[in-house]
Amino acid sequence: MSSYYEASARERLQNLLDPGSFQEFLPPSARAQSPHLLQLETPAAFDDGVIVGTATLGGAKVLAAAQEGGFMGGAVGEVHGAKIVGLLERALDERPAAVLLLVESGGVRLHEANAGLIAVSEIMRAVLALRSAGVPVFVLDGGQFGCFGGMGIVARLCDAVIISEEGRLGLSGPEVIETTCGVEEFDSRDRALVWRTVGGKHRYLLGEAKEIVADDIAAFRAAALALLDAKPDLSLDALAAEHEALGRRIERFGSAADATDIWRAMGLENPEKIPVLEADDFRAATAGRRL
Amino acid sequence: MEKLTYEFQGGTFSRPKNEAKLVGVVGSGNLEVLIEPADLQGRCVVEVLTAARGFGAIWQAVIADFFARYPLADARVSINDVGATPAVVSLRLDQAAEDFLGDAQ
Amino acid sequence: MRDWSQQQRNRQARLDRAAAHTSGKVVAAQDIGALLEAVIEPGDRVCLEGNNQKQADFLAKALAALDPARAHDLHMVQSVLALPEHIDVFERGVASKLDFSFSGPQAGRLAKLVSANRIAVGAIHTYLELFGRYFIDLTPRVSLVCAQAADRDGNLFTGPNTEDTPVIVEATAFKSGIVIAQVNEIVDKLPRVDIPGGWVDFVVQSPKPHYIEPLFTRDPAQISEIQVLMAMMAIKGIYAPYEVQSLNHGIGFDTAAIELILPTYADSLGLKGKICGNWALNPHPALIPAIEAGFVESVHSFGSELGMEAYIRARPDVFFTGPDGSMRSNRAMCQAAGHYACDMFIGSTLQVDLYGNSSTATLGRIAGFGGAPNMGSDARGRRHASTAWLKAGREAREGRMAKGRIMPRGQKLVVQMVETFREHMAPAFVEKLDAWELAETANMDLPPVMIYGEDVTHILTEEGIANLLLCRNDEEREQAIRGVAGYTPVGLARDKRLVENLRDRGVIQRPEDLGVDKRLATRDLLAARSMKDLVRASGGLYDPPKRFRNW
Repeated sequence: MSSYYEASARERLQNLLDPGSFQEFLPPSARAQSPHLLQLETPAAFDDGVIVGTATLGGAKVLAAAQEGGFMGGAVGEVHGAKIVGLLERALDERPAAVLLLVESGGVRLHEANAGLIAVSEIMRAVLALRSAGVPVFVLDGGQFGCFGGMGIVARLCDAVIISEEGRLGLSGPEVIETTCGVEEFDSRDRALVWRTVGGKHRYLLGEAKEIVADDIAAFRAAALALLDAKPDLSLDALAAEHEALGRRIERFGSAADATDIWRAMGLENPEKIPVLEADDFRAATAGRRL
Repeated sequence: MEKLTYEFQGGTFSRPKNEAKLVGVVGSGNLEVLIEPADLQGRCVVEVLTAARGFGAIWQAVIADFFARYPLADARVSINDVGATPAVVSLRLDQAAEDFLGDAQ
Repeated sequence: MRDWSQQQRNRQARLDRAAAHTSGKVVAAQDIGALLEAVIEPGDRVCLEGNNQKQADFLAKALAALDPARAHDLHMVQSVLALPEHIDVFERGVASKLDFSFSGPQAGRLAKLVSANRIAVGAIHTYLELFGRYFIDLTPRVSLVCAQAADRDGNLFTGPNTEDTPVIVEATAFKSGIVIAQVNEIVDKLPRVDIPGGWVDFVVQSPKPHYIEPLFTRDPAQISEIQVLMAMMAIKGIYAPYEVQSLNHGIGFDTAAIELILPTYADSLGLKGKICGNWALNPHPALIPAIEAGFVESVHSFGSELGMEAYIRARPDVFFTGPDGSMRSNRAMCQAAGHYACDMFIGSTLQVDLYGNSSTATLGRIAGFGGAPNMGSDARGRRHASTAWLKAGREAREGRMAKGRIMPRGQKLVVQMVETFREHMAPAFVEKLDAWELAETANMDLPPVMIYGEDVTHILTEEGIANLLLCRNDEEREQAIRGVAGYTPVGLARDKRLVENLRDRGVIQRPEDLGVDKRLATRDLLAARSMKDLVRASGGLYDPPKRFRNW
């Protein structure tokens, strides 16, 4: 088993895609670096923290981007964002079987916040354009920094999220919530609380992540392969149905104070045991119950 | 930030056709090392951009020892450092050199 | 005629004063202040229980809140200053003198009060030394201890974290002192009796359970590949050749890395059954994979560790447990065991000088010693032999004395394991320890040295192992230390020729000399790479504290 959580962005791409198939656009030697960070006396990475390129997955052509959480928490800066936008726009021309976004990001890079915010909005627009052109976009979320802020929104605009239990998905990160709303509202150091609120299992149960897998690059690969054949329904009816479902969700669970309450209300047995289950057992224990 | 440059002559490991290789991550206590083939008249040039000022003497010693282990020729080694210790720097340099040289080493 | 029972009569007077505030031995929480005022007299020597794990926190608060007009000039004797209240008693004028062992979290405040002459420090001790003095010249008049539960007769159940309670109560109760225990609950029947009720005068149920710090939990996710390399060197270069069977590990990620590669690397070297069988060690979660792999025969502990209760209960062949199934720890006993019955201590430090003296002292903080010096010193009173002890002794003596005139004797292995640079590029090797300056500014009798150079047998860094047993004079010793000090100023100032000479003689061994393949030094070698892996290895029995979870 090769841990997705532990791997670097490069290692994830190498082990996720067909061996030897990945061709990088703007590799480190191209030195497409952030011009802002160096001016601010902050070390900059040769690839600006994101790797983009083309590859095959099970023989099918895909384009892929992987954010490196180890560099500034995977935060989106100007060049970083432009590389992702460029990849998505290239997909519009090349029509690959899918685009894979290996997201690991705390949001927008504060050092170049305006450029980062614009980049995130451009990524959103490009994702929607691509989906409407019939090219599916899948998010893989299992890194140490989770998927938050602008990239959290991007993830929910995509066709599907594949998440591991260790993965996290949300808008504001736990520390931001604590700082803004107080430790009584959300204790970001209570890691059990953090994970049962924004972690992979809860996101899967709420239907925000389509698949949950073990922390294993091969498991992410298998889940991504399986999704290649799925044809998303982008009709107006489907959209209306989803909105209705979201409305029912807030009605049903809006007053719940803790994820455990929601799990209990879903009819899951021993909700307090949910966090310790392995991915396979968890899927079996929750089959037919999740949204 | 501090920029340090070191040059070495007399290297014997020349790999003009090899691909550039990158190891490591620009994160706290870590660094990235990029090794590329370059036409440098046989020299090996090491460029370090480091967040920690005032450690030039240590870098000099670490890089010189690295060149003694891997006498690269016509190669450019570029480093982005965020306060990695010499142990981590040496480890990443060795990993990058082994990646770059490949099995033919 | 001299009155030979003054202490007993004084004790009775205190109990008589206390009678107004109690019914039997049980005291209500809201009456604790009145009880303390009744039994404590000005100038008393008071022992407040608290180590780096469990804390008599409710009693500490009550003591700090006493009226200094009635309770003053107390002489505090205690293992650890951990809570703010431990310093508050001095700031508020309740206490004025202090004898202690360790002050980690309060080290900065302590230094300030000492330099302002608000605290007179008698001495800073090691644990065994302080416990020893409880029976000689620092016997407490009043002891404030903590336990998990009590019954109405004052019998105490300490639970797994027995820690310092037995030694404190014994010294106090049998010298006419007063023992007051805070407990989490008062029950009709205790699971087992750790302290007999006859030794306890009062029990009070604290409004909140006493605090326990999960001090020995190390998240494997934070172990670096350099630490894995050093762990490999430790096993191949020290554990294997000396066949180290009985040992103590210091607290830290360096030694956690060793624990986590026993089932992988050490096993691949065929060392199972040959090393690491018997431990004086807290129940480190990082040891779970090695226990499950069959490396570990026994573990005796100073204290317990939060979250390990169910796992320990399920492994009574390994851990010391009571008839009720839960663990019994005992700091004094385990310290004695670690000192006399272990072949090796290995631990980390902050600074090492050219003689091998090591210290964790930093300026502006009086941190003290704890138990490391008891573990990390040769037991001069040891007489039983073992392979490791004899080999270390032989290496130290051969060459120093003429053959045939050597009196055979063993020596404990004391290993200091340090990366040459710590965080923020602070060198671990220095010409002169900060302890010297601290001793001067804080008016100490001597520099606070954690492990004296004369006790250190090996220094292990990422650059290599220096075997100080094989050094024949001070110059060799200095160069052996410089020779593993990496790129620190101390290391860069080495005599290269002498260092190579020491390497030829095996005094210094590099990873390649040991046959350690650096390419294997990745986190993949760790038997557990995350807290979740530790839970898995325990079969779901280990229940880590919330702050260590990512599920």
